[in-house]
Amino acid sequence: MLEQQLVNGVVLGATYALFALGFTLMFGVMGVINLTYGVYFAVGAFAALWSTQALGLPIAAALPLGALIAGVIAVAIDTLLLTRLRKAKAPELASLMVTLGATLFLYAGMAASLGTEIRRFPAAVFDGGAYDLGAVRIGTTQILIFGAAVALVVALMALVRGSRLGLAIRAVAENPDAAALMGINGGLMLRVVSFLSGAIGGAAGVLVGLNFNAIQPFMGEHMMLRGFAVIIVGGLGDLRGALAAGLLLGFAEVLTAAYVSSTFKDLTAFALLVATLWFRPLGLFGRAAAKRA
Amino acid sequence: MNALLQVEGLRLGYGRADVVHGIDLTVPRGRIVSLIGSNGAGKTTILRGLSGLMKPRGGHIRWGQDGADLAGEAAHRIARRGIVQVPEGRQVFANMTVAENLRLGAYHAPGAEAARRQEAVVARFPRLGERLSQQAGYLSGGEQQMLAMGRALMAEPVLLLLDEPSMGLAPLIVEEIFAIIAALRTEGRTILLVEQNASAALAIADDAYVLETGRIRLKGPAAEVARNPEVTAAYLGL
Repeated sequence: MLEQQLVNGVVLGATYALFALGFTLMFGVMGVINLTYGVYFAVGAFAALWSTQALGLPIAAALPLGALIAGVIAVAIDTLLLTRLRKAKAPELASLMVTLGATLFLYAGMAASLGTEIRRFPAAVFDGGAYDLGAVRIGTTQILIFGAAVALVVALMALVRGSRLGLAIRAVAENPDAAALMGINGGLMLRVVSFLSGAIGGAAGVLVGLNFNAIQPFMGEHMMLRGFAVIIVGGLGDLRGALAAGLLLGFAEVLTAAYVSSTFKDLTAFALLVATLWFRPLGLFGRAAAKRA
Repeated sequence: MNALLQVEGLRLGYGRADVVHGIDLTVPRGRIVSLIGSNGAGKTTILRGLSGLMKPRGGHIRWGQDGADLAGEAAHRIARRGIVQVPEGRQVFANMTVAENLRLGAYHAPGAEAARRQEAVVARFPRLGERLSQQAGYLSGGEQQMLAMGRALMAEPVLLLLDEPSMGLAPLIVEEIFAIIAALRTEGRTILLVEQNASAALAIADDAYVLETGRIRLKGPAAEVARNPEVTAAYLGL
């Protein structure tokens, strides 16, 4: 029983970690809390649903397509909403309010055009069967979810930590003026980051939609609350922290649902959040920023 | 005279206030031109205007053989033309290692070329070589200045803009930094040096401009400017 819950926890935690990674990337680089992030989560899920239903694509193709569409929409929304505010060096509250308004608008638009009923992937998506390892049962869909989440996390970390493009992204995040003096096009980097985080959010939406087999326009909204908890527990803008906190939250939710009550499941995120703020206000890996002499 | 950079009537400001009121300035190829003046005279503002971090309100910045006007061009494009600024307060990437900072200086160069340039920079600043894997934020002020200059040299700049390289540094370190600036000139680099430390700046410069409240007060060969009675009284403390 416990082993089974741990497997479920790893799978859910991996998708939370992925979602949080995209969110924290956007927050860490752009310095704004972009509330439209939850929309990309739902956009990715719906795009994948549509491509499995209408185009008959296998989920392995629907996942990247959903991510791609979410990423492109993220770039468009970021350009539309935040370019002017960045130019005017508007305070953070302004961008928060703009993205809040846009989010409400987009959710309402999605609900009106797509309906609010819960949709499900075609049964063919799940017909891969399952493996029994003693008392533990692992579905091929679970393996796909976990594998895709881990692969995306590893790829993103390699990009940000190990590539020239990642170096430029980190430079723009830390000091946009100094980065411009190095010949780095800051506006282009912001679009790259918008795309990456939108695509990551979209991919997470596909995977979470698969995990619960439930897709509806507001699925991102529920996820955003968890996303906030995860980036605060993990430390603002800290990629490793987002990973660890996402996994932790996945485990905590699954175990709470299994051993306490599924109605308490949604409380765990906020219990973790409050506990973090009490005991480690800078997050799990939080450390003071290096002095800037 | 072979002018690398020719500034005409440059105006810059913040909000409603103009800070730089239409200055003219010429930087000949292969020389050190020094811009001195007291705090708040507009020196840093001028450099920010030249590097594109600030949009000029008027005037022209003519560059190179063809005299292309850079006024209003984006900072990253100006940097790619070979005008590289070492900003006031160093502004190294504090959360990154020394090696990563240097790599960013040569961002547009391929890896092998960047490695070659890093060797040259480390030969010039051996202390950076000892600290390649250290986080830049934990370097001393002098080391951060060396890193900021090393990072700019990684771009192999045609024109180096130095903003107050001596600021907040111990006299011995200042001497070291200025020796390196003089060496760069001997190697043929062109430098526009903004300094409050007028005696050090005038000692190594070919030409000098004295800036007062956003206007050029005095200009000429550095040795002449250094002998000017107004300058000796106001800036050299003699």
